[in-house]
Amino acid sequence: MQVVQTINSTARKIPNWAVYLLGTLPVIWVFYAGLTGQLGVDPVKAIERQLGSWSLQLLVAGLAITPLRTLFNINLIKLRRAVGVLAFFYVLMHLLVWLVLDIQLLWGEIWKDIVKRPYITVGFAAFVLLLPLVLTSNNFMVRRMGPVVWRNLHKLTYVIVPLGGIHYLWLVKGWQIEPMLYLAGIAMLLAMRVWWAQQKKMTRRVPA
Amino acid sequence: MTYTFKTELTHADVTPKAAFMNRRQIIAAGGALIGGSIASPALAKVLEFTKTDYGSDLTLNSYEEITTYNNFYEFGTGKDDPARNAHVLTTDPWTIKVDGMVDNPGDYALADLIGDIPLEERIYRFRCVEAWSMVVPWNGFQLSHLLDKIGVQEGAKYVAFETLLRPEEMHGQRRKVLDWPYREGLRLDEAMHPLTLMATGIYGESLLGQNGAPIRLVVPWKYGFKSIKSIVRIRLTDEEPPISWNMANPREYGFYSNVNPNVDHPRWSQSSERLIGGGLFAKRQPTLMFNGYEDEVAGLYEGMNLAENF
Ligand code: HEM
Repeated sequence: MQVVQTINSTARKIPNWAVYLLGTLPVIWVFYAGLTGQLGVDPVKAIERQLGSWSLQLLVAGLAITPLRTLFNINLIKLRRAVGVLAFFYVLMHLLVWLVLDIQLLWGEIWKDIVKRPYITVGFAAFVLLLPLVLTSNNFMVRRMGPVVWRNLHKLTYVIVPLGGIHYLWLVKGWQIEPMLYLAGIAMLLAMRVWWAQQKKMTRRVPA
Repeated sequence: MTYTFKTELTHADVTPKAAFMNRRQIIAAGGALIGGSIASPALAKVLEFTKTDYGSDLTLNSYEEITTYNNFYEFGTGKDDPARNAHVLTTDPWTIKVDGMVDNPGDYALADLIGDIPLEERIYRFRCVEAWSMVVPWNGFQLSHLLDKIGVQEGAKYVAFETLLRPEEMHGQRRKVLDWPYREGLRLDEAMHPLTLMATGIYGESLLGQNGAPIRLVVPWKYGFKSIKSIVRIRLTDEEPPISWNMANPREYGFYSNVNPNVDHPRWSQSSERLIGGGLFAKRQPTLMFNGYEDEVAGLYEGMNLAENF
């Protein structure tokens, strides 16, 4: 497949720093747009929600990389770390907007929100679980931990991404379609992995 | 027990019509371009009203803020969806069904029902359950005047309201975000309270679709979702009527839904709020008991446990 080959060879040529650089531009833009009144009359919510959406999209994108290779031979593995680290950066900015611009460092309310409001609890749990992943997303830690431990640790994404989706479903009022679509997509990406793992087990059990 | 706010204002205080003429002409021109059909969508018309000094110490939100940042799920769940989608709402003709325990039930054309009730301006705080707020100069009349007109019968204890159900125009109703039509209700003493308003305008212009054209309720001491929009039915009853958000999620939304900084909502802390319009660095403000109308309305709830009756 010509298209797949083109994608793969292009992906191989993209340096990580380019992903990080391009990835920060939207963040700069969204703050600039908010400051200059381009995001409507409530720029704080607009920025907070935009960053939340992008966070979730990046997390889902990270989860889609392996299935893309398995299903279509599209190989973006080289970009996976950058996508993941970028996703963390977006979640961090999302959290900071909430802390500084929305709830405005009223620590009493912040703590109450984290323990009492399910959608905040879930979002915050996802953020905390992302910390060990971002801290180990460098060559030094991969080498030090060894590939098996490292890979097992990074299976935390299978918990983090659904938490992000549940956070979204929980924070909207009424039954809205968008968070449900995200959750359905996430469930599918995870179900594929379960399916493949079972296939592998079965083939291994069959004597050659 | 009905009384009207005293006002020492005279005819000279009625907002000069000329101040709004420019916008009206522009809108009329736009209407002519779209025009063609007889039924007309909600385009702003200039209203005549008496000014009151109610809320004159508050700083108003701009017309733009009030008309572009709305929760009206009938037109979509985003804050900017109603402003984008509500212009298709046909508000003329408009019929309101009055039924239940009333002396004068019937299906009334809007003008026949309220045409003779004079409008006044009331500047009220508006506090959304999502912990943001605005200050809005409403044009309207006390609901009590309308209730007097339709004749509340002995034994009636509640007023129930319904929003228009018309998915062809209200595209949000094609999805079951809520169990349409939207429903709200008040206890009769709340409905008769002089602060409770039926609004038909903002800033001296008739309501736009996104703000609940052609007629809506405004209950300033309750969370915004109680102030039901685009009303087509008013029913008097002796039982507490079901209300939409409580039907959707009884744990989070109670029948009373009075603004109360001390009773937390499971999703949003209610102790402070963000006033819309202050930009990126606007400071949160403490939320006031009954949204600042405690002196006027606390008596309605004497002896009630407000944490249980939330
Ligand atoms: C993996 C982590 C997270 C993801 C993927 C995520 C994702 C999202 C998404 C998709 C939205 C809705 C955007 C929209 O409506 O378009 C959102 C909104 C929000 N998130 Fe997060 N989030 C995360 C973590 C957090 C954390 C740690 C906090 C705070 C402790 C937080 C607080 C909020 C708030 C306050 C909103 C806005 C709610 C409102 O509209 O009032 N999120 N987030």
